[in-house]
Amino acid sequence: MALELVGSAPEQNDDLPLSIRGLTVSYGEKPAVFSVDVGFQPGQMTAIVGPNGAGKSTLLKAALGIVTPLSGQVRCHGRPLAEMRARIAYVPQRASVDWDFPARVLDVVLMGLYRDLGLLGRIRGQHRARAMECLARVGMDGFAARQIGQLSGGQQQRVFLARALAQGADLYLLDEPFAGVDAATEKAIITVLKDLKAEGATVVAVHHDLATVPDYFDRVFLINTTAIAEGPVADVFTPENLQTAYGGRLALAQMGGVAAG
Amino acid sequence: MLWQALTLQLGYNATLVTLGAAMLGMAAGATGTFLYLSKRALVSDAISHATLPGVVLGFMAMVAIGGDGRFLPGLMLGSAVSAGLGLLAVTWLTTRTRLAEDAAIGAVLSVFFGFGIVLLTVVQVMDSGRQAGLETFLLGATAGMLWNEAMLIAGGGALVLALVVLLRRPMSLVAFDPGYAMGQGISLRAVELAMMGLALAITVVGLKVVGLVLIVALLIIPPVAARFWSERVGAVVAIAGLIGGLSGYAGAAISATAPALPTGPIIVLAAFGLFVLSLLLAPGRGVLAAALRHLRFQRRVHLRQGLLALATGQPVYEPLTLRLMRRAGLVRADGVATEEGRAMAARARRDERRWQILRSDPEFEAAAARYDGLTPLGEVLTADQIAAVDQGLRPEGAV
Repeated sequence: MALELVGSAPEQNDDLPLSIRGLTVSYGEKPAVFSVDVGFQPGQMTAIVGPNGAGKSTLLKAALGIVTPLSGQVRCHGRPLAEMRARIAYVPQRASVDWDFPARVLDVVLMGLYRDLGLLGRIRGQHRARAMECLARVGMDGFAARQIGQLSGGQQQRVFLARALAQGADLYLLDEPFAGVDAATEKAIITVLKDLKAEGATVVAVHHDLATVPDYFDRVFLINTTAIAEGPVADVFTPENLQTAYGGRLALAQMGGVAAG
Repeated sequence: MLWQALTLQLGYNATLVTLGAAMLGMAAGATGTFLYLSKRALVSDAISHATLPGVVLGFMAMVAIGGDGRFLPGLMLGSAVSAGLGLLAVTWLTTRTRLAEDAAIGAVLSVFFGFGIVLLTVVQVMDSGRQAGLETFLLGATAGMLWNEAMLIAGGGALVLALVVLLRRPMSLVAFDPGYAMGQGISLRAVELAMMGLALAITVVGLKVVGLVLIVALLIIPPVAARFWSERVGAVVAIAGLIGGLSGYAGAAISATAPALPTGPIIVLAAFGLFVLSLLLAPGRGVLAAALRHLRFQRRVHLRQGLLALATGQPVYEPLTLRLMRRAGLVRADGVATEEGRAMAARARRDERRWQILRSDPEFEAAAARYDGLTPLGEVLTADQIAAVDQGLRPEGAV
């Protein structure tokens, strides 16, 4: 089995869309992410998989500079994060915001144009047209004028994806995009993500549903505070590696499903 | 006299003071919107109470160097310094210890205010302090305000308002989704600092007019009232500015009619009046509109259920349903359906079956989300789409 161990050759990862070296993040005395080296391959869809509290979301947030790491380096296409913001689109967890905020669906998507608009730039017809295009891509163009609080969970998730699309980035970082969404939304999101990949974008998503990993993703990054393994699904997504990542917490039935998949 | 005050006919100074208070109110309402939306409104209460030691110490310092202790810019500077220290203390306690923000606010607010009251008592036994009228900074007073003081307040308000307009986008983004804002390269710390700095500026500028005890009301009530009127952040900011401006204007004008009336409480009561109006009368989120909507909705549900019962030949027992259907001419007094009733019942039944097909087809997901058991399908789909749905519609009983 050609298992590519994470961190085996970090010096070669410099030009990757996103490469992380020696990353440690701690919210108290116990590190949530410890000394992680990982690089994400261009034009691929990678799932970040691991048990609850394994530091999946934290890794993403540290990669974006949302949480400050204790140590470590994040580089995007070989350059510091601050220079590459425009090329990174982030889809946070839906539960992280107040949905009673006074905004319509279109207003939320327009937030994705913040870097284009700046402080005082006027929102023009072309901006609205671009936002509507992004809403159409996720099948939400009929909802542009709705107050965001009136949406279902799946619809909210799609609006978040549309906001990320509006940025026109080529690296997409998604935090649990399929958590608690309906089947139609899951299908719509995966279609958009696969289209993005076909256009050459890199997609990295925290993912919790082991059963869909082989269908949805090209590569897997297994993490449980420390990095376990990163590589193509066929090589890395094995019962042995999952056992290492999840310890005894993974039900045997799930393991069987993985082995069969 | 009240009419003259409200129409700015009480002389040049009173007019200036009223306009200054209006400008202050507009700035406070707009600034407060972002505090309210990011759920940080109470921090401004700590800021305002923390101004008191600075006011008194500023007074003492100016007297000590032989100046006029009541020089407003000097008092503002002193209040800004001590309010800044209070804000720093709240921030430090929240980020560096395990204390929650509400506890930190309570602790800082009471300690600074207590210290300020002690200082105030000391000053008031001094000769120079007795006539200083520093206690008017607690509740605000516009009587005897100087021309340049009014200009300072109006100018300060205008400056804060301009800064709010400039920073509205990053502040909205941070208030809605701080994680995403940071991902866009916005510095959370800088935006929060700016937001708190603006609240501090409002407090300091508003000390003389509204007083430090009640300035928090001028920051919170206008945005809360404005929220009833709109679902868009830009409009909420504008309406909050309007409500704050009206409150400041009315409060200053009314208090000008009697020298003993403290300005702050009148301004706050004016703001509260506008809040109550908003709460009751706003079309979207207002209480009356919501009650009316509920009533109308209930009637539509009853009518629809009655029609569907007619269509399937089931008896209708609900008195409200029967009454509504009789009034609409759908059933006769004895409960038998009229011709119109039968026709409408058949249409309702067909609509309901179309909806069922539509909702089971993922192609129509967006349309299906609008299902509420009431809306006629024709309002949601085009005739062509309905025809497509009808292809799935088989004669009843054949399924």
